[in-house]
Amino acid sequence: MDKAELLKLKKGSAAIRIQTLKMLKWRRYGHLGGAMSIVELMSVLYNKHLNYDPKNPQWEDRDYVVLSKGHAGPAWYSTLALHGFFDPEMLYTLNEGGTKLPSHPDRTKTPGVDATTGSLGQGTSVAAGIGYAFRLNKSSQKVYLIVGDGELNEGQCWEAFQFIAHNKLNEVIVIIDNNKKQLDGTLEEIINPFDIAAKMEAFGFHTIRANGQDEEALSDAIDEAKAVKDSAVCIVMDTIKAQGVPYYYDRSDSHSPKFGPESDAAIDSVIAELQAFIDENGGM
Amino acid sequence: MWKLAPAGTGKELRAVFVETLQEIMKDNKKVVALEADLGGASGFTKIQKTNPDQFVQVGIAEANMVGIAAGMSMRGYIPYIHTFAPFATRRVLDQVFLEGAYAKNTINIYGSDPGVCVAANGGTHNSFEDIALMRSIPETLVVAPADEVQLAWTIRECAKLTGVHYIRANRKGNPTMYAEGSTFEFGKGNVIREGSDVLLVSMGEMLSKAYNAAEKLAACGISVEVVDMFTLKPFDAELIRSEAAGKKLVVTFENHNVIGGLGSCVAEVLADEGAGIPLKRIGANDVFGQVGTYDYLCQAFGLTEEHIIDTIKDALK
Ligand SMILES: Cc1ncc(C[n+]2csc(CCOP(=O)(O)OP(=O)(O)O)c2C)c(N)n1
Repeated sequence: MDKAELLKLKKGSAAIRIQTLKMLKWRRYGHLGGAMSIVELMSVLYNKHLNYDPKNPQWEDRDYVVLSKGHAGPAWYSTLALHGFFDPEMLYTLNEGGTKLPSHPDRTKTPGVDATTGSLGQGTSVAAGIGYAFRLNKSSQKVYLIVGDGELNEGQCWEAFQFIAHNKLNEVIVIIDNNKKQLDGTLEEIINPFDIAAKMEAFGFHTIRANGQDEEALSDAIDEAKAVKDSAVCIVMDTIKAQGVPYYYDRSDSHSPKFGPESDAAIDSVIAELQAFIDENGGM
Repeated sequence: MWKLAPAGTGKELRAVFVETLQEIMKDNKKVVALEADLGGASGFTKIQKTNPDQFVQVGIAEANMVGIAAGMSMRGYIPYIHTFAPFATRRVLDQVFLEGAYAKNTINIYGSDPGVCVAANGGTHNSFEDIALMRSIPETLVVAPADEVQLAWTIRECAKLTGVHYIRANRKGNPTMYAEGSTFEFGKGNVIREGSDVLLVSMGEMLSKAYNAAEKLAACGISVEVVDMFTLKPFDAELIRSEAAGKKLVVTFENHNVIGGLGSCVAEVLADEGAGIPLKRIGANDVFGQVGTYDYLCQAFGLTEEHIIDTIKDALK
């Protein structure tokens, strides 16, 4: 990847992270940990890989995104606002009565949101159905399915994976956010996932492991996934819960923290650093 | 016997759930608590600390949790499972139906944050249909406690019974209704306020609003009797028949769809009886839930004292 492109992706991640942190800090609650761990992915998708038209969110030939771990909605909303789907001011209506930005994504409310999610597991099957329809239509569209690693506890994920693998449905690019934590603790404490990538391989997926903090690695993984012709594809992203906000790395409340003066200061310093990075590199 | 308590803000119901389970676990090693990765939300992770052998973490796998509870109950355990109300009912309905009720196993289900209690979690996590679903399964017990006293009593009593018991309750505190030490009877409603013009039936987190509305209507010369119908199933048809008799109007007030919930229960009784008394059902009216604060959602779905008062005044015109 050339330097200019990589810089664009990195600035894109910085902007999404800033916007998401500002929104959550303003709201005083929210699913920070799982939103932060998909920031780099969102930047890589919306700045490079995805076919979309913000002026026509319902464009028939677009690529779809299904955020099955729907509680990470705020990271998606920031991305959509920064990419022209709606006015970033709207972000400051998150969870207000009557908002178009509910905590969990709703395809009937938000421009750019392709699937309604929030009940974990269900987005996987919906993505499988969208991909299957692409196949029937002989379309080259893709659907990017983002699944949480804790979400993999749900049997429905594995039902969907069976279907995707059986049909060699490479229209669906399955991306697992392996941040190693769920709500009540680490995956290993709650339900040991063993080797997620090996499981996906055993299910019949061409499986790619990628560093989810590294835009270039993620982009390469998506390129590789797109090139696979005769098998289902899966990217297991190695991420950190609350990625980019070290204050939360060892905290047990990183899933859905309450905000206070201490966390505000930590968040403000992350925002300042990221803003400096953007400014030093020619702004957005 | 129960007694009303002076108005007050009650303790968090999730804390009451946890503490009551911890208390009954002391004397009964067969009582177990199961969680589906919402132990931080319910407080059940505290039970994991105090009673590690009586806590089971199943992960984000609600249907699996119901089956595991059923299996444990076949070996004499008394499972209490928790997840949010929509996941505890809608998402796992066949498991509850078949491996729970039909197979005659015992599962105590805490469905938390029902209806508008969902607040920030929004429309996907809203349950305006959980009562309708659970009461349509034969032999279930469906309970919507109004406050901490009624909830704690319910939890303790459920440990003595077999079958599928659905306990629908807020995680936050509800306004206090009952005095400490009050006891109740499943399947029996409580007349918590006498009145002669109107019969107002409610339950759960809405009960205090019904009571307050009745007090305000008294000032306008309308006498309202208030019933706490905390057991939705088995339903106290006898009480509805006797208390509706001679009234000008019956009103139900619930944090649930008027289809299939308390309003339907009362309508069925009045119709069966041929009572011929007008009925107004206040609740979510065949609509989905949405996101917002608790107060915003109460306004949006007409779950306010003012709405009760206006409805009754209008109907009596
Ligand atoms: C069916 C269902 N059960 C429970 C929940 C509550 N819940 C929301 S997020 C979460 C943990 C998710 O963990 P993971 O998938 O690893 O997400 P991440 O760590 O990336 O935030 C839980 C249990 C839910 N939204 N849906």
